[in-house]
Amino acid sequence: MTAYRFTANGTPVEVDVPGMRRLLDVLREELALTGTKEGCGEGECGACTVLLDGAPVDSCLVPVCQVAGATVLTVEGLATAPTRHGGPEGLDELQSAFLLTGGAQCGICTPGMLMAGRAYLDGGGGPDDLAIREAIAGNLCRCTGYTKIVEAIAMAATRRGGSIQ
Amino acid sequence: MAELTTRTAAPAPVVVEPRTISLGRARAAAPLRREGPAKLTGAAKYADDLVVPGAWYGATIRSTDAHARFVKLDLDPAFDWSSVVVVSAADIPGENIVSSIKADQPILVPLGGEIMHHAEPLALLAAPDRATLRAARRAVKVLAAPLEPVFDPRDSDHVFAAYEIAAGDPEAAFAAADLVFEGEYRVGHQEQLYIENNAMIAVPGEDGGVTVTGSLQCPYYVHSALKLGLGLDDRGARVVQAETGGGFGGKEEYPSLVALHAALLAGKAGRPVRMIYDRHEDIAATTKRHPAIVRHRTGVTHDGRLIAQEIDVVMDGGAYCTLTPVVLSRGALHAGGPYRCPNVRIRAKATRTNTPPNGAFRGFGAPQVEFAAETQLNRIAEALGLSPLDIRRRNVYRVGDTTPTGQILRESVAAEEVLERAAEAAEFERLRARHDSARERRAGSGTVPGSPLRTGHERIASGVGLALGWHGAGFTGSGEVKLGSVASLELTAEGAIRILTASTEMGQGTRTVLPQLVAEALAVPIESIELAAQDTAYVPDSGPTVASRTTMVVGGLLIKAARRLREAVEEATGGPFAATYGVFARTHGALRIDQRFEPYPDISFDDETYRGDAYPAFSWAACVARVDVELDTGEVHVLDVVAADDSGRVIHPVLAEGQVEGGTLQAVGYATIEEIKLHDGRYLNDRLATYIIPTALDAPRITTILVEAPFSGAPHGAKGVGELPMDVGAPAVVAAIADATGAWITDLPASPERILAAITGAPGVAPLPPGASERAAGAGRTEPAR
Repeated sequence: MTAYRFTANGTPVEVDVPGMRRLLDVLREELALTGTKEGCGEGECGACTVLLDGAPVDSCLVPVCQVAGATVLTVEGLATAPTRHGGPEGLDELQSAFLLTGGAQCGICTPGMLMAGRAYLDGGGGPDDLAIREAIAGNLCRCTGYTKIVEAIAMAATRRGGSIQ
Repeated sequence: MAELTTRTAAPAPVVVEPRTISLGRARAAAPLRREGPAKLTGAAKYADDLVVPGAWYGATIRSTDAHARFVKLDLDPAFDWSSVVVVSAADIPGENIVSSIKADQPILVPLGGEIMHHAEPLALLAAPDRATLRAARRAVKVLAAPLEPVFDPRDSDHVFAAYEIAAGDPEAAFAAADLVFEGEYRVGHQEQLYIENNAMIAVPGEDGGVTVTGSLQCPYYVHSALKLGLGLDDRGARVVQAETGGGFGGKEEYPSLVALHAALLAGKAGRPVRMIYDRHEDIAATTKRHPAIVRHRTGVTHDGRLIAQEIDVVMDGGAYCTLTPVVLSRGALHAGGPYRCPNVRIRAKATRTNTPPNGAFRGFGAPQVEFAAETQLNRIAEALGLSPLDIRRRNVYRVGDTTPTGQILRESVAAEEVLERAAEAAEFERLRARHDSARERRAGSGTVPGSPLRTGHERIASGVGLALGWHGAGFTGSGEVKLGSVASLELTAEGAIRILTASTEMGQGTRTVLPQLVAEALAVPIESIELAAQDTAYVPDSGPTVASRTTMVVGGLLIKAARRLREAVEEATGGPFAATYGVFARTHGALRIDQRFEPYPDISFDDETYRGDAYPAFSWAACVARVDVELDTGEVHVLDVVAADDSGRVIHPVLAEGQVEGGTLQAVGYATIEEIKLHDGRYLNDRLATYIIPTALDAPRITTILVEAPFSGAPHGAKGVGELPMDVGAPAVVAAIADATGAWITDLPASPERILAAITGAPGVAPLPPGASERAAGAGRTEPAR
């Protein structure tokens, strides 16, 4: 075992685990960040999506040794991350848009969807239907038909653009 | 059609807290999803998120044969078994039966018993950590003596259920018909593919009882299963629903088995056990939508009126009965489609095969038969030179019509309205005319060998397709009366208003809609309504969360309970409920109203003869799909879908739209890409890498039109919505493919292989029929469990 240090949701952490342990398991079982979900364990469903130095990754495919020194953002860090606007119920603007549009149903794909959506917005993505669909094409949802998820990300993109009060 | 939208027969519209959405499509105000913030921040606890100190990890040893005699469970003596618990059938304290309709499915196959399907549970293991568990699994060998399997449901002599519905004189009508059409349609397995796999955590109690917490739709189904299998009483078995990441019917009956396994291990280990399936195990072992073979013979007049229908339905039940008789029943009752036809004979049977048991999945037997009925009707329209819209206008059910079971449709019949609304919004006739001319232009001009439609100029053909469907609201026949479900509402001594039901939230919105209905009936803010956890220690049996019945039936019970509560309080205090219930609670103490289901007036069904009112009401849906077909590859892109759905009074437009959009996409997946391939009764594509569901890029743009034809038997006028959209998406997509290419795909999914086989007239290209299993020489091997 080796100690790996990285930043999780703005907090420096150190975990003493085998280097090939999945980041997903480290987050859920060592750091008690159970908001990140496992849907398939083989990188197909995207439920375990987190941002690794700002880029969306399937945390089930990332061994923790690759995370040393990096910055990890999970769903638990969304509303508290700096530069986020506060929304209702302590949600950031993307979470708030999901709540308003009905973008979350059973909620199991939601954390991964939010992280993919966050990366899209942080990359300057706008309220364009096809671009949003491409950004979340690695995240499966079985409840919504994606309509309201796309709508939520578009709403957040528009609000961030300042055109909505 | 005017009566379809009139609201005079229904109660006043539900008034909800106004919330405005500043962007997005205009819609009525509705409360926000109650557990939404928890789901959006990662705080919501699904089963695998729960930390249970000291819990061991459980695993299931499964058969690798489709049909065999279980000879021996061989535990490697070189392995250290001291820290592993092994459970076999001999350890089961109660009956070795998974409680369901028939007592045919064992919790674990006993030694010497008959293995009936691949991936059948034979033994259980638990270990303190995952590494030990993995090692223990490798140290187990299963010895089994192969038996001859049956894979074709038509070859099976074991019938789970059979029904016959007859009306009029079909033979005389066929003789009198201007034209008679025959068609055969086949559909295969479909996986529910909730994104959260099955998961249960069992905690043994000091009194010999057990508490099981997990992902499930029906707490009292699991409760019954624990009582029977573990020999427990009502209090000894306790079932708690964790946050549940999707169900779609897939967590209706199977969780009983997972819970039993976790509880057996926990009992023997004397400590909590986590039984968390991975995706591979979940797809390999759990229930699927029933494959079906549906044959139609239809007699029509020259002007397109249906005068005779003969329909044969064979469903593949898999190895055990599960809910098959009820699935088949719904299939039989919906088989003719939403059309007036005086002379009908429907014969339906479901048989046993040596494949994993099939069970509940959104639509519950209706999507299979409605795909067949709608495709048959569309082909008849084409043969008669009629528009798909016109042939439906001539036959569609209207108020006063009679169904094949003799049910008179007295009210809430919106078939014609959903049809017209969807066709108009999608510009169905205009698009169809355009495609007709494109097809004529292309005909015979194919320039690429093997692709008669492909020209140098046109690589893609566009099409539009229409389907209409109906879905009986709530349980079939007398199911609701027999169940006699109870929902409760409690004003506590502390002045809290609390809903007590076993109705589960799995994404569809139970936890938002039920408080909304109660708040409206009590004229209090929705925030003042609490909802008790779905825990059998506290909530009454309000029935399973299935059959699109929760808002309609349980919501209706709660409204009645709320009215009684309000009356009692207002009578005692002399003031309005909202202003006086706090005072009432302080002075009178707690008041609990238990509301039991009462039969709908003038609704009755005879389960023996299959005559009468099969459902208290029907929901109605129309779907128009637009597709592009790539003529070189046979690939289909479903571009957009217009869905018009009537589910009675819409209680929560956002959640209702969510149901229509999600159900529509599941139907599009069923139509185009979702297919289970079998080899010797084993699912070959039992991973998410190989069982494909639509992504955001595959998904069409979905436009939902909510039509409201209220049902007077429910105090709020609501019917069911959850399953409805699943019934119409597939036939609409297949009709659109035919509009584009001229080829009718009669087997689902309409995969590129099937489309190419159809448009090139080369059936050899097509894969095996849906649901069929490949056979290998020397089928039925004996090999170690994985």
